[in-house]
Amino acid sequence: MDIHEYQAKDILSGYGIKIAEGGLAYSSEDAVQRAREIGGHVWAVKAQIHSGARGKAGGIKICKTHDEVEAAASFLLGKRLVTHQTGPAGKVCSRLYVEAGTDIVKELYFCFLVDRSSERIVMVGSAQGGMDIEELAVTNPEAITKIYIEPAVGLQDYQAREMAFALGLDTEIMSHAVKTIRGCYQALRALDVSMLEINPLVVTGSGQLVALDAKMGFDDNALFRQLKISELRDKTQEDPREMAAADRGLSYVGLDGDIGCMINGAGLAMATMDMIKLAGGEPANFLDVGGGASAERTEKAFRLVLADKGVKAMLVNIFAGINRCDWIAEGVVQAVRKIDMKVPLIVRLSGTNVEEGQRIIKESGLPIITADTLAEAAEKAVQARNEVVAKEAAGEI
Amino acid sequence: MAIFINETTRIIVQGFTGKIGSFHAQDMINYGSKVVGGVTPGKGGQTHLGLPVFNTVKEAVNEVGAEASIVFVPPAFAADSIMEAADAGIKYCVAITDGIPTQDMMTVKNFLRRFPENERMILTGPNCAGTISPGRSMLGIMPGHIYKQGNVGIVGRSGTLGYEAADQMKRLGIGISSSVGIGGDPINGSSHRDILEQFENDPETKVVLMIGEIGGPQEVEAGFFARDYMTKPVVAYIAGLTAPEGRRMGHAGAIISSAGEGAAEKVAILRELGVHISPTPAAMGETVAAVLATL
Repeated sequence: MDIHEYQAKDILSGYGIKIAEGGLAYSSEDAVQRAREIGGHVWAVKAQIHSGARGKAGGIKICKTHDEVEAAASFLLGKRLVTHQTGPAGKVCSRLYVEAGTDIVKELYFCFLVDRSSERIVMVGSAQGGMDIEELAVTNPEAITKIYIEPAVGLQDYQAREMAFALGLDTEIMSHAVKTIRGCYQALRALDVSMLEINPLVVTGSGQLVALDAKMGFDDNALFRQLKISELRDKTQEDPREMAAADRGLSYVGLDGDIGCMINGAGLAMATMDMIKLAGGEPANFLDVGGGASAERTEKAFRLVLADKGVKAMLVNIFAGINRCDWIAEGVVQAVRKIDMKVPLIVRLSGTNVEEGQRIIKESGLPIITADTLAEAAEKAVQARNEVVAKEAAGEI
Repeated sequence: MAIFINETTRIIVQGFTGKIGSFHAQDMINYGSKVVGGVTPGKGGQTHLGLPVFNTVKEAVNEVGAEASIVFVPPAFAADSIMEAADAGIKYCVAITDGIPTQDMMTVKNFLRRFPENERMILTGPNCAGTISPGRSMLGIMPGHIYKQGNVGIVGRSGTLGYEAADQMKRLGIGISSSVGIGGDPINGSSHRDILEQFENDPETKVVLMIGEIGGPQEVEAGFFARDYMTKPVVAYIAGLTAPEGRRMGHAGAIISSAGEGAAEKVAILRELGVHISPTPAAMGETVAAVLATL
């Protein structure tokens, strides 16, 4: 789960990290009011969306008068911002963070994340801040310092100092730098943070270390014990179909293709989508219905897939292990009868009681296309999709 | 032979008396696995499915000689149960539980490293379907009847995709020595590499099928191990060709978060390392058959 910049800054300031004075605004009047309260002559008006690279997408405006703050706020509120992290659909900005302008002397990159290879928390920093770290990793890997934290003892001060020196910080702010780094680590451990990025971390004209931006991601598996963090969820930043799926205990990811999918198990789901692509089609979604695909769950899954109006054919691929093909077949037949499907349906069942399952589908009298193997199922789905597209082009649908 | 478990392995179930634990314990018993009891704290002394229930894993080890365990404990308490098993002297543990926090798994891994290697419990999972040595023992939640006994080892992250592979192989008359699920989480007990090493040392296994997916470095690490240390051929399929960057595909670990974690990139590296690639998920069985034919 991701949170907004202003929420991350609020958390971090509680752990001793310095941030610029700022406030949240839901309207342009709010924004001007926040600028008045903050005082000074320069403000940053920042779109709050769950994505990095907001600056490049025009989501951050530097303003020198209250009129400029108002104009920037009206421009950004309700705007759909597209970055390389949001995908082409972008994300709508419905909250702004108005912050006092900061006198920047130096921009640094700093983050903590879980490294899967070493199975440790790693601290990553670079004196070349503000840049895309992925890009820097390719163009100038020596400019990046990585320090691994030993899980048995946690972050040590010498490691924080090592990082501070690598970031090129002066000895005068060393103790503050160590405190900042320690604070980030404490937040990470206490709150089940999976990623904490401060880009840029800046040195100001008055020699202070300030988190100018902050991004935090949390381990979804740990939210049960982080109730305060769960409350920070902003549902407007998440795909409504994925949210609806999660509420029904299904795992769904919307994609750009037009062949809808319903599969049990994440690996088999990815493999089935691969097969569709290799057969010349494009999947409309990832959908894992899980182990116990009951009739009720099957119907919910069908409704979810077909809510995407771009779907031109639907493929069901179930490998029944603990549950049985005949139960799944009954669920599919029931769902199709209830929903009144308009697009062709291809069903491939495998595993326990497969003959019985196939018999139920055949005897239902419904126009369901069946397949025995994974390859056959994908080919038939692509063929059915192509026929629908051809009919549409001929004006028959 | 096979790896990790066979007909003599004495098994206990952690989370024995719960609904899921009971169901799968019965299924394992029906398959022929040597289940000798279970653990549910507070229910020690009772009998469940005709077997003794213990309060602690230590008691189960001392009284019925438990060697392997399977964990069905809910995510909030699963890490604790795994560490209890390791401390009690269990040799091999499968964690089925889905949804264990990443930091808990880091604690578990760190805890396991404290033991000298010859006394260290081997953990596979969490978030997996378990391990089966067909015809001998099943320590998992898979449908046992789809696996034919033989000499191909399977290691994979996904449950149902592993079933698909076993099914394709059975149709071609190919059997399996052991099939091990390592699970879909970002940090897991054993890696692809760890399991390849086990299969390399198992005289019965002739070929290994590795079923990987997007996200993380494990498939590539395993590829290097196969090239540098293995005499047996490895066949691989990597799922997730159509997965977009930055989106989690069901499994907590199935996310492309940096360069080299996509399916096409992993396949290119593995091929370079001499691993046989199954070009599609429908060709896992045929590819293994073709490699077996060259031996």
